[in-house]
Amino acid sequence: MIPASFEYVRAGTVDEAIALLSEHGDDAKILAGGHSLLPLMRLRLAQPAMLVDIGPLRELSYVREEKDYVAVGALTRHHDIAISPVALESAPVLAHVAGQIGDPQVRHRGTIGGSLSHGDPASDLPAVLLALGGTLVAQGPNGQREIAAADFFVSFFEVALAPDELLVEVRVPQSSDGQWGFEKLTKRAQDWAIVGAAAVRSSGGVGVGLINMGPIPLRASAVEAALASGSNAAAAAAFAAEGTEPAADFNGSVAYRQHVARVLVRRALEKAGV
Amino acid sequence: MQIDMTVNGTAESHDVEARTLLVHYLRDSVGLTGTNVGCDTTSCGACTVLLNGQSVKSCTVLAAQAAGDEITTIEGLASDDGRMHPVQQAFQECHGLQCGFCTPGMVMAITSLLAENPEPTEADVRIGLEGNLCRCTGYHNIVASALAASRVPEMQK
Repeated sequence: MIPASFEYVRAGTVDEAIALLSEHGDDAKILAGGHSLLPLMRLRLAQPAMLVDIGPLRELSYVREEKDYVAVGALTRHHDIAISPVALESAPVLAHVAGQIGDPQVRHRGTIGGSLSHGDPASDLPAVLLALGGTLVAQGPNGQREIAAADFFVSFFEVALAPDELLVEVRVPQSSDGQWGFEKLTKRAQDWAIVGAAAVRSSGGVGVGLINMGPIPLRASAVEAALASGSNAAAAAAFAAEGTEPAADFNGSVAYRQHVARVLVRRALEKAGV
Repeated sequence: MQIDMTVNGTAESHDVEARTLLVHYLRDSVGLTGTNVGCDTTSCGACTVLLNGQSVKSCTVLAAQAAGDEITTIEGLASDDGRMHPVQQAFQECHGLQCGFCTPGMVMAITSLLAENPEPTEADVRIGLEGNLCRCTGYHNIVASALAASRVPEMQK
Protein backbone atom coordinates (compact mmCIF):
# COMPACT_ATOMS: atom_id res chain seq x y z
CA MET A 1 0.00 0.00 0.00
CA ILE A 2 1.52 3.23 -1.16
CA PRO A 3 0.29 6.68 -0.14
CA ALA A 4 -1.37 9.05 -2.61
CA SER A 5 1.03 11.55 -4.16
CA PHE A 6 2.07 14.57 -2.17
CA GLU A 7 4.66 17.30 -2.21
CA TYR A 8 7.49 16.69 0.26
CA VAL A 9 9.31 19.57 1.92
CA ARG A 10 11.96 19.39 4.62
CA ALA A 11 11.77 22.25 7.08
CA GLY A 12 15.20 23.50 8.13
CA THR A 13 13.92 25.43 11.14
CA VAL A 14 10.81 25.66 13.32
CA ASP A 15 10.03 29.06 11.77
CA GLU A 16 10.28 27.59 8.29
CA ALA A 17 7.85 24.81 9.25
CA ILE A 18 5.38 27.37 10.63
CA ALA A 19 5.73 29.55 7.53
CA LEU A 20 4.92 26.53 5.34
CA LEU A 21 1.89 25.74 7.51
CA SER A 22 0.74 29.38 7.30
CA GLU A 23 1.09 29.35 3.53
CA HIS A 24 -0.57 26.00 2.84
CA GLY A 25 -3.11 25.73 5.69
CA ASP A 26 -5.04 22.50 5.86
CA ASP A 27 -3.33 21.16 2.72
CA ALA A 28 -0.10 20.71 4.66
CA LYS A 29 0.57 18.15 7.38
CA ILE A 30 3.55 18.00 9.67
CA LEU A 31 5.58 14.79 9.39
CA ALA A 32 7.60 13.93 12.50
CA GLY A 33 8.37 10.23 13.03
CA GLY A 34 5.49 9.35 10.74
CA HIS A 35 4.24 6.44 12.80
CA SER A 36 0.73 7.80 13.12
CA LEU A 37 0.47 9.68 9.84
CA LEU A 38 2.08 7.28 7.35
CA PRO A 39 -0.15 4.31 8.26
CA LEU A 40 -3.20 6.53 7.69
CA MET A 41 -1.78 7.74 4.38
CA ARG A 42 -1.10 4.23 3.16
CA LEU A 43 -4.71 3.33 3.88
CA ARG A 44 -5.70 6.58 2.08
CA LEU A 45 -7.52 7.70 5.22
CA ALA A 46 -5.34 10.81 4.99
CA GLN A 47 -4.27 12.39 1.70
CA PRO A 48 -2.44 15.63 2.50
CA ALA A 49 -1.23 17.61 -0.51
CA MET A 50 2.01 18.49 1.25
CA LEU A 51 4.15 16.93 3.95
CA VAL A 52 6.37 19.26 5.94
CA ASP A 53 9.07 16.99 7.37
CA ILE A 54 10.39 18.32 10.66
CA GLY A 55 12.31 15.12 11.40
CA PRO A 56 15.72 16.74 10.94
CA LEU A 57 14.99 19.44 13.59
CA ARG A 58 16.87 17.53 16.26
CA GLU A 59 16.97 20.67 18.45
CA LEU A 60 13.39 19.67 19.35
CA SER A 61 14.64 16.37 20.79
CA TYR A 62 15.47 16.64 24.50
CA VAL A 63 14.33 15.81 28.02
CA ARG A 64 15.32 18.58 30.45
CA GLU A 65 14.70 19.29 34.08
CA GLU A 66 13.39 22.82 34.59
CA LYS A 67 12.58 24.51 37.88
CA ASP A 68 8.94 23.51 38.10
CA TYR A 69 8.56 20.84 35.44
CA VAL A 70 10.22 18.37 33.10
CA ALA A 71 10.41 19.67 29.53
CA VAL A 72 10.30 17.21 26.65
CA GLY A 73 10.97 18.39 23.11
CA ALA A 74 8.14 17.51 20.73
CA LEU A 75 10.46 15.53 18.45
CA THR A 76 11.84 13.32 21.21
CA ARG A 77 11.38 9.72 20.19
CA HIS A 78 9.62 7.27 22.53
CA HIS A 79 12.80 5.19 22.91
CA ASP A 80 14.82 8.26 23.89
CA ILE A 81 12.27 9.21 26.55
CA ALA A 82 12.22 5.64 27.89
CA ILE A 83 15.99 5.64 28.46
CA SER A 84 16.36 9.31 29.46
CA PRO A 85 17.94 9.56 32.94
CA VAL A 86 15.99 12.78 33.55
CA ALA A 87 12.69 11.15 32.61
CA LEU A 88 13.43 8.03 34.64
CA GLU A 89 14.22 10.15 37.69
CA SER A 90 11.68 12.97 37.46
CA ALA A 91 8.89 11.71 35.20
CA PRO A 92 9.03 7.93 35.67
CA VAL A 93 5.47 7.34 34.50
CA LEU A 94 6.28 9.06 31.20
CA ALA A 95 9.46 7.01 30.76
CA HIS A 96 7.61 3.78 31.54
CA VAL A 97 4.76 4.43 29.16
CA ALA A 98 7.03 5.67 26.38
CA GLY A 99 8.95 2.42 26.78
CA GLN A 100 5.99 0.19 26.05
CA ILE A 101 4.30 1.99 23.16
CA GLY A 102 3.98 -0.24 20.11
CA ASP A 103 7.24 -2.15 19.71
CA PRO A 104 10.97 -1.28 19.62
CA GLN A 105 10.92 -0.34 15.94
CA VAL A 106 7.97 2.00 16.51
CA ARG A 107 9.67 3.53 19.55
CA HIS A 108 12.81 4.21 17.53
CA ARG A 109 10.81 6.43 15.17
CA GLY A 110 7.63 7.67 16.86
CA THR A 111 7.77 10.99 18.71
CA ILE A 112 5.88 12.33 21.72
CA GLY A 113 4.73 15.40 19.80
CA GLY A 114 3.52 13.37 16.85
CA SER A 115 1.61 10.97 19.05
CA LEU A 116 -0.09 13.74 21.05
CA SER A 117 -0.88 15.88 17.99
CA HIS A 118 -2.52 12.87 16.37
CA GLY A 119 -5.13 12.90 19.16
CA ASP A 120 -5.88 9.18 18.98
CA PRO A 121 -8.04 8.20 21.99
CA ALA A 122 -6.54 4.69 21.84
CA SER A 123 -2.94 5.81 22.25
CA ASP A 124 -1.17 5.74 25.60
CA LEU A 125 0.54 9.10 26.00
CA PRO A 126 -2.58 11.33 26.12
CA ALA A 127 -3.87 9.50 29.21
CA VAL A 128 -0.52 10.01 30.93
CA LEU A 129 -0.48 13.72 30.05
CA LEU A 130 -4.00 14.07 31.43
CA ALA A 131 -3.16 12.20 34.64
CA LEU A 132 0.00 14.28 35.14
CA GLY A 133 -1.78 17.54 34.38
CA GLY A 134 0.75 18.35 31.69
CA THR A 135 1.03 21.38 29.46
CA LEU A 136 1.64 21.54 25.72
CA VAL A 137 3.53 24.40 24.10
CA ALA A 138 2.37 25.38 20.63
CA GLN A 139 4.28 27.76 18.39
CA GLY A 140 2.65 29.75 15.60
CA PRO A 141 3.37 32.86 13.53
CA ASN A 142 2.71 35.05 16.59
CA GLY A 143 4.87 33.15 19.05
CA GLN A 144 4.23 30.47 21.64
CA ARG A 145 1.22 29.67 23.79
CA GLU A 146 0.60 27.05 26.46
CA ILE A 147 -2.32 24.65 26.29
CA ALA A 148 -3.35 22.56 29.30
CA ALA A 149 -3.54 18.86 28.51
CA ALA A 150 -7.17 18.90 29.65
CA ASP A 151 -7.95 21.45 26.89
CA PHE A 152 -5.81 19.88 24.15
CA PHE A 153 -7.99 17.00 22.96
CA VAL A 154 -10.97 18.58 21.24
CA SER A 155 -12.82 15.91 19.27
CA PHE A 156 -12.18 12.64 17.44
CA PHE A 157 -8.57 12.87 16.17
CA GLU A 158 -8.71 16.67 16.57
CA VAL A 159 -6.53 18.70 18.92
CA ALA A 160 -6.39 22.37 19.90
CA LEU A 161 -3.54 23.23 17.52
CA ALA A 162 -4.40 25.83 14.88
CA PRO A 163 -3.55 24.88 11.28
CA ASP A 164 -0.47 27.12 11.43
CA GLU A 165 0.73 25.94 14.83
CA LEU A 166 3.42 23.41 15.65
CA LEU A 167 3.64 21.53 18.94
CA VAL A 168 7.19 22.24 20.14
CA GLU A 169 7.35 21.13 23.78
CA VAL A 170 5.55 19.02 26.35
CA ARG A 171 5.81 19.95 30.04
CA VAL A 172 4.92 17.66 32.91
CA PRO A 173 5.19 18.24 36.66
CA GLN A 174 7.98 16.37 38.42
CA SER A 175 6.92 13.13 40.03
CA SER A 176 8.69 10.17 41.52
CA ASP A 177 8.40 6.42 41.77
CA GLY A 178 5.66 5.03 43.94
CA GLN A 179 3.31 7.84 42.88
CA TRP A 180 1.99 6.44 39.65
CA GLY A 181 0.26 3.46 38.11
CA PHE A 182 -0.31 2.51 34.48
CA GLU A 183 -2.44 -0.37 33.28
CA LYS A 184 -3.52 -1.43 29.84
CA LEU A 185 -5.29 -4.43 28.43
CA THR A 186 -4.11 -5.76 25.08
CA LYS A 187 -4.62 -9.08 23.36
CA ARG A 188 -1.16 -9.05 21.79
CA ALA A 189 1.96 -7.29 23.03
CA GLN A 190 2.20 -4.62 20.35
CA ASP A 191 -1.53 -3.81 20.13
CA TRP A 192 -3.29 -0.62 21.02
CA ALA A 193 -5.01 -0.78 24.38
CA ILE A 194 -8.52 -2.21 24.42
CA VAL A 195 -8.77 -0.09 27.56
CA GLY A 196 -6.08 1.55 29.66
CA ALA A 197 -5.67 3.82 32.66
CA ALA A 198 -2.97 6.07 34.10
CA ALA A 199 -3.03 7.41 37.66
CA VAL A 200 -0.64 9.94 39.20
CA ARG A 201 -0.65 11.00 42.85
CA SER A 202 0.79 14.37 43.83
CA SER A 203 0.46 16.94 46.59
CA GLY A 204 -2.35 18.52 44.59
CA GLY A 205 -4.42 15.34 44.45
CA VAL A 206 -4.76 12.38 42.13
CA GLY A 207 -5.06 12.61 38.34
CA VAL A 208 -6.54 9.75 36.33
CA GLY A 209 -6.51 9.42 32.53
CA LEU A 210 -8.33 6.83 30.44
CA ILE A 211 -7.31 5.19 27.17
CA ASN A 212 -9.85 4.25 24.51
CA MET A 213 -12.95 5.06 26.53
CA GLY A 214 -14.52 7.51 24.09
CA PRO A 215 -13.89 9.60 20.99
CA ILE A 216 -11.16 11.61 22.76
CA PRO A 217 -8.64 10.84 25.50
CA LEU A 218 -10.50 11.35 28.78
CA ARG A 219 -9.85 12.25 32.38
CA ALA A 220 -11.76 10.12 34.84
CA SER A 221 -13.18 13.22 36.53
CA ALA A 222 -15.66 11.31 38.70
CA VAL A 223 -12.85 9.15 40.10
CA GLU A 224 -10.72 12.21 40.82
CA ALA A 225 -13.67 13.88 42.58
CA ALA A 226 -14.43 10.80 44.67
CA LEU A 227 -10.80 10.60 45.80
CA ALA A 228 -10.77 14.31 46.60
CA SER A 229 -13.77 13.82 48.88
CA GLY A 230 -12.15 10.97 50.75
CA SER A 231 -13.06 7.74 48.94
CA ASN A 232 -10.52 4.93 48.90
CA ALA A 233 -9.13 3.50 45.65
CA ALA A 234 -11.68 0.71 45.29
CA ALA A 235 -14.66 2.97 45.98
CA ALA A 236 -13.41 5.73 43.68
CA ALA A 237 -12.60 3.30 40.86
CA ALA A 238 -16.26 2.31 40.74
CA PHE A 239 -16.83 5.69 39.03
CA ALA A 240 -14.25 5.05 36.29
CA ALA A 241 -16.78 4.53 33.52
CA GLU A 242 -19.03 7.41 34.50
CA GLY A 243 -19.71 9.67 31.53
CA THR A 244 -17.70 7.51 29.12
CA GLU A 245 -18.90 6.46 25.67
CA PRO A 246 -16.44 3.82 24.49
CA ALA A 247 -16.86 2.23 21.09
CA ALA A 248 -18.04 -1.37 20.75
CA ASP A 249 -15.93 -3.48 18.40
CA PHE A 250 -14.57 -7.01 18.02
CA ASN A 251 -12.36 -6.43 21.06
CA GLY A 252 -15.23 -5.75 23.42
CA SER A 253 -18.70 -4.32 24.00
CA VAL A 254 -19.39 -1.01 25.69
CA ALA A 255 -20.27 -2.78 28.96
CA TYR A 256 -17.07 -4.86 28.79
CA ARG A 257 -14.89 -1.80 28.28
CA GLN A 258 -16.60 0.02 31.12
CA HIS A 259 -16.05 -2.96 33.41
CA VAL A 260 -12.39 -3.20 32.41
CA ALA A 261 -11.97 0.54 33.00
CA ARG A 262 -13.17 0.15 36.60
CA VAL A 263 -10.77 -2.73 37.19
CA LEU A 264 -7.77 -1.03 35.57
CA VAL A 265 -8.37 2.29 37.33
CA ARG A 266 -8.46 0.48 40.69
CA ARG A 267 -5.19 -1.31 39.91
CA ALA A 268 -3.55 1.90 38.68
CA LEU A 269 -4.66 3.77 41.81
CA GLU A 270 -3.33 1.03 44.06
CA LYS A 271 0.02 1.08 42.25
CA ALA A 272 0.09 4.86 42.70
CA GLY A 273 -0.20 4.32 46.44
CA VAL A 274 -3.73 5.70 46.72
CA MET B 1 13.02 13.60 -6.25
CA GLN B 2 16.65 12.58 -5.91
CA ILE B 3 17.26 10.73 -2.64
CA ASP B 4 20.73 9.95 -1.38
CA MET B 5 21.54 7.63 1.47
CA THR B 6 24.19 5.13 2.48
CA VAL B 7 23.08 1.52 2.24
CA ASN B 8 25.38 -1.14 3.68
CA GLY B 9 28.28 1.29 3.41
CA THR B 10 27.65 2.16 -0.25
CA ALA B 11 26.46 5.61 -1.33
CA GLU B 12 23.16 5.33 -3.19
CA SER B 13 21.36 8.02 -5.18
CA HIS B 14 18.07 7.34 -6.93
CA ASP B 15 15.32 9.43 -8.45
CA VAL B 16 12.02 8.30 -6.88
CA GLU B 17 8.59 9.70 -6.13
CA ALA B 18 8.26 11.48 -2.77
CA ARG B 19 5.76 8.85 -1.66
CA THR B 20 8.26 6.01 -2.07
CA LEU B 21 8.59 3.99 1.09
CA LEU B 22 12.06 3.08 2.31
CA VAL B 23 11.38 -0.62 1.78
CA HIS B 24 10.59 -0.03 -1.91
CA TYR B 25 13.62 2.21 -2.31
CA LEU B 26 15.76 -0.63 -0.96
CA ARG B 27 14.09 -3.38 -2.98
CA ASP B 28 13.27 -1.65 -6.26
CA SER B 29 15.83 1.15 -6.60
CA VAL B 30 18.85 -0.28 -4.80
CA GLY B 31 17.95 -3.86 -5.75
CA LEU B 32 18.35 -5.42 -2.33
CA THR B 33 15.42 -7.80 -1.99
CA GLY B 34 16.44 -9.41 1.29
CA THR B 35 14.17 -6.98 3.11
CA ASN B 36 10.67 -8.42 2.80
CA VAL B 37 7.31 -6.69 2.64
CA GLY B 38 4.98 -8.58 4.93
CA CYS B 39 1.88 -7.01 6.40
CA ASP B 40 2.41 -3.48 5.07
CA THR B 41 0.73 -2.15 8.23
CA THR B 42 3.66 -1.64 10.66
CA SER B 43 2.77 -4.87 12.44
CA CYS B 44 4.85 -7.84 11.31
CA GLY B 45 8.42 -6.52 11.28
CA ALA B 46 9.49 -8.46 8.15
CA CYS B 47 10.75 -5.19 6.64
CA THR B 48 12.93 -4.29 9.64
CA VAL B 49 16.25 -2.61 8.75
CA LEU B 50 18.68 -0.54 10.78
CA LEU B 51 18.46 3.23 10.35
CA ASN B 52 21.55 4.83 11.87
CA GLY B 53 21.98 1.61 13.85
CA GLN B 54 18.44 1.33 15.24
CA SER B 55 15.74 -1.07 14.07
CA VAL B 56 12.89 0.50 12.12
CA LYS B 57 10.07 -0.85 9.98
CA SER B 58 11.01 0.28 6.50
CA CYS B 59 7.38 0.10 5.31
CA THR B 60 6.63 3.01 7.65
CA VAL B 61 9.50 5.31 6.76
CA LEU B 62 9.53 7.37 3.60
CA ALA B 63 12.73 7.04 1.61
CA ALA B 64 12.81 10.85 1.74
CA GLN B 65 12.89 10.76 5.54
CA ALA B 66 16.00 8.59 5.41
CA ALA B 67 17.87 10.91 3.03
CA GLY B 68 21.39 11.39 4.35
CA ASP B 69 21.07 8.49 6.78
CA GLU B 70 22.87 5.16 7.04
CA ILE B 71 20.83 2.04 6.38
CA THR B 72 21.87 -1.52 7.10
CA THR B 73 19.90 -4.37 5.53
CA ILE B 74 20.27 -8.11 5.95
CA GLU B 75 22.68 -8.08 2.99
CA GLY B 76 24.99 -5.78 4.93
CA LEU B 77 25.55 -7.95 7.99
CA ALA B 78 27.97 -10.60 6.76
CA SER B 79 31.62 -9.60 6.57
CA ASP B 80 33.30 -9.02 3.21
CA ASP B 81 34.85 -12.48 3.22
CA GLY B 82 31.38 -14.00 3.43
CA ARG B 83 31.52 -14.92 7.09
CA MET B 84 28.08 -14.66 8.61
CA HIS B 85 27.21 -12.18 11.33
CA PRO B 86 26.89 -13.83 14.78
CA VAL B 87 23.11 -13.39 14.72
CA GLN B 88 22.88 -15.06 11.30
CA GLN B 89 25.22 -17.82 12.49
CA ALA B 90 23.08 -18.37 15.57
CA PHE B 91 19.93 -18.69 13.45
CA GLN B 92 21.61 -21.42 11.44
CA GLU B 93 22.92 -23.27 14.48
CA CYS B 94 19.73 -23.01 16.52
CA HIS B 95 17.34 -23.71 13.62
CA GLY B 96 15.85 -20.25 14.12
CA LEU B 97 13.89 -20.32 10.88
CA GLN B 98 11.48 -22.48 8.97
CA CYS B 99 10.00 -20.76 5.92
CA GLY B 100 12.44 -17.89 6.33
CA PHE B 101 10.13 -15.03 5.41
CA CYS B 102 10.32 -13.26 8.77
CA THR B 103 14.02 -14.08 9.20
CA PRO B 104 15.67 -10.97 7.74
CA GLY B 105 13.48 -8.77 9.94
CA MET B 106 14.08 -10.97 12.96
CA VAL B 107 17.84 -10.88 12.45
CA MET B 108 17.85 -7.09 12.09
CA ALA B 109 15.59 -6.61 15.12
CA ILE B 110 17.83 -8.85 17.22
CA THR B 111 20.96 -7.06 16.03
CA SER B 112 19.43 -3.78 17.22
CA LEU B 113 18.22 -5.35 20.47
CA LEU B 114 21.67 -6.73 21.30
CA ALA B 115 23.27 -3.37 20.55
CA GLU B 116 21.00 -1.80 23.17
CA ASN B 117 21.08 -4.69 25.61
CA PRO B 118 24.13 -6.96 25.13
CA GLU B 119 23.14 -9.37 27.90
CA PRO B 120 19.39 -9.87 27.58
CA THR B 121 17.37 -12.37 29.56
CA GLU B 122 14.95 -14.64 27.74
CA ALA B 123 12.14 -12.29 28.81
CA ASP B 124 14.06 -9.30 27.42
CA VAL B 125 14.35 -11.08 24.07
CA ARG B 126 10.70 -12.06 23.94
CA ILE B 127 9.56 -8.52 24.80
CA GLY B 128 12.20 -7.07 22.50
CA LEU B 129 10.79 -9.05 19.57
CA GLU B 130 7.19 -7.94 20.13
CA GLY B 131 7.36 -6.08 16.82
CA ASN B 132 8.22 -9.16 14.75
CA LEU B 133 5.77 -11.90 13.85
CA CYS B 134 6.64 -15.46 12.86
CA ARG B 135 3.95 -17.85 11.64
CA CYS B 136 6.09 -21.01 11.64
CA THR B 137 8.36 -21.48 14.58
CA GLY B 138 6.40 -20.58 17.69
CA TYR B 139 9.36 -18.28 18.38
CA HIS B 140 11.18 -20.81 20.56
CA ASN B 141 14.25 -21.23 18.37
CA ILE B 142 14.27 -17.56 17.39
CA VAL B 143 14.59 -16.64 21.05
CA ALA B 144 17.25 -19.34 21.44
CA SER B 145 19.13 -17.86 18.47
CA ALA B 146 19.08 -14.38 19.98
CA LEU B 147 20.38 -15.68 23.31
CA ALA B 148 23.06 -17.76 21.58
CA ALA B 149 24.19 -14.72 19.59
CA SER B 150 24.37 -12.65 22.78
CA ARG B 151 26.91 -15.13 24.16
CA VAL B 152 29.28 -14.79 21.20
CA PRO B 153 32.32 -12.80 22.38
CA GLU B 154 32.24 -10.70 19.21
CA MET B 155 28.79 -9.37 20.21
CA GLN B 156 29.92 -8.34 23.66
CA LYS B 157 32.41 -5.73 22.53
